[in-house]
Amino acid sequence: MQQIPCPWCGPRDDWEFHYGAEAHVARPETPSDKSDEDWMGYLYLRSNTKGPFRERWMHAAGCRRWFNVIRNTVSHEVFAVYKIGETPPPLPGEAPAAPDTTER
Amino acid sequence: MVGIRRGVVGKASYSLFALARNALSYHEDWREAWRSPEPKKHYKVIIVGGGGHGLATAYYLARVHGIRDIAVLEKGWIGGGNTGRNTTIIRSGYLWDESIALYEHALKLWETMSQELNFNVMFSQRGVINLSHSVHEMREMRRRYEAVRLNGVDIEMLSPSEIKKMVPIINIDPNIRYPVMGGILQRRAGTARHDAVAWGYARGADDMGVDIIQNCEVTGFRRKADGAIEGVETNRGFIGADKVGCVPAGHSAVLAEMAGFKLPIQARPLQAMVSEPVKPCIDTVVMSNAVHMYISQSDKGELVLGAGTDSYNSYAQRGSFNIAEHLMAATVELYPITSRLRMLRSWGGIVDTCPDASPILSKTPVPGLYFNCGWGTGGFKATPGSGHVFADLIANDRPNAIAAPFALDRFRTGYLVDEHGAAGVAH
Ligand SMILES: Cc1cc2nc3c(=O)[nH]c(=O)nc-3n(C[C@H](O)[C@H](O)[C@H](O)COP(=O)(O)OP(=O)(O)OC[C@H]3O[C@@H](n4cnc5c(N)ncnc54)[C@H](O)[C@@H]3O)c2cc1C
Ligand SMILES: [Zn+2]
Repeated sequence: MQQIPCPWCGPRDDWEFHYGAEAHVARPETPSDKSDEDWMGYLYLRSNTKGPFRERWMHAAGCRRWFNVIRNTVSHEVFAVYKIGETPPPLPGEAPAAPDTTER
Repeated sequence: MVGIRRGVVGKASYSLFALARNALSYHEDWREAWRSPEPKKHYKVIIVGGGGHGLATAYYLARVHGIRDIAVLEKGWIGGGNTGRNTTIIRSGYLWDESIALYEHALKLWETMSQELNFNVMFSQRGVINLSHSVHEMREMRRRYEAVRLNGVDIEMLSPSEIKKMVPIINIDPNIRYPVMGGILQRRAGTARHDAVAWGYARGADDMGVDIIQNCEVTGFRRKADGAIEGVETNRGFIGADKVGCVPAGHSAVLAEMAGFKLPIQARPLQAMVSEPVKPCIDTVVMSNAVHMYISQSDKGELVLGAGTDSYNSYAQRGSFNIAEHLMAATVELYPITSRLRMLRSWGGIVDTCPDASPILSKTPVPGLYFNCGWGTGGFKATPGSGHVFADLIANDRPNAIAAPFALDRFRTGYLVDEHGAAGVAH
């Protein structure tokens, strides 16, 4: 059984959580001047990385709060957990990222 | 391959006579069903992914469009992906006209496939029943029933007692948590032998000169100065091509990323299991969307049970334990005689789920590169139709009437083909 470490409740079985797929997908700042292509990107196109992946989870059967996880989608190993709005830690083997300004 | 003397039996045709003749040589002289050639430097068309859909695409490119300079590149062994992992339910009773056209096109091809390929794919039109467990589901099912009938495709509504007559082992007690309130039945629907479909198309394609190259993983795409496709990088070196068709199922997003674009696809584990073999007790297929389980019985006597997908992205090719547990609970409630049955094997596949539960058959931002993916939890049934229309798309560089609604562009126009009700988890 895969365990997801909730930043508030600690490690829990994955079925307690709701999955939110790719993290850090920002809603367009000025929706009215976005093209249909832009909306397609925002609404539907997602990274679906094989390997370490930044994704969102929500502890549905617990504290019901959203947070971010870096998880390997092949081995299910969890590398990092960080709260919404926090600077994303680097992916394994990556240099530290710039502060996250997109999340809201 | 050791022990197989090539070309001893001159003709590759399978018949009762061939069987008898080969018995005389203790079945040691059967010709291998397809060659294993070294890749050439360049092909007219390369198909990435040797599942049923990829092999069918190569077959119809050669047979219908006369293109024979084709390679199918498969990173593992052919049919080792979802083609060899699925529960083989075949039907065409979807909700929208666009989907019915596509899946019914496939169902018609299933009906003649064994003859056409000279390979027994064991297509068995044993009927498929979809259960409904709530008033809302009954209404939705009624709507789908009318939609299917309006398209001239066979479908029937069943009452719980009619279902019980067809499936004596089912529990129609109105007091269970999810009581059976009715269902729809498509009698022309059924099952087929999954491996045989891959092998049959491989053999047919090989016969027309298609190179089937296993253990050959595509690791990148090379593009010309004008942006058009030039060929593929593989673990066996660069292979040039005028056109490349990708049919990689669960790995669609990985290949799209190599080509520099994103797809509206999420890779999710989907699992199934089989029980120990028992005497014949169910001669049709029964699916339940609401409780996420479906059941049929294999010719060997195993009950074939399918579950729901996991809710998270994964490439691990195995599903979570809680999904298997849920499947068992639903099975025992709906079919109480299974309560002491032991499970023999369970496995998972990585399915390419799409936001509208419909496939993508499309040109891409890269000229000469085509994608056939997004079949998610239910693409086995479409194998022949998918290959047939995708071959047409590649050969003519434009989708035909059946493929057109499934282009990537629908995510820009908003013209989605929402089949969550008809597809859901149930195949
Ligand atoms: C448990 C389970 C049950 C299912 N039940 C049903 C059902 O009852 N009915 C139904 O209609 N559908 C069902 N499905 C869905 C169905 O299996 C698939 O939609 C269908 O088989 C997809 O066929 P395919 O040929 O596109 O994919 P696959 O058979 O997966 O073929 C894709 C191939 O591409 C290869 N590949 C990937 N990346 C590369 C690369 N880089 N280079 C070279 N090769 C590559 C893979 O190795 C693989 O062999 C089920 C799926 C699962 C997992
Ligand atoms: Zn929590």
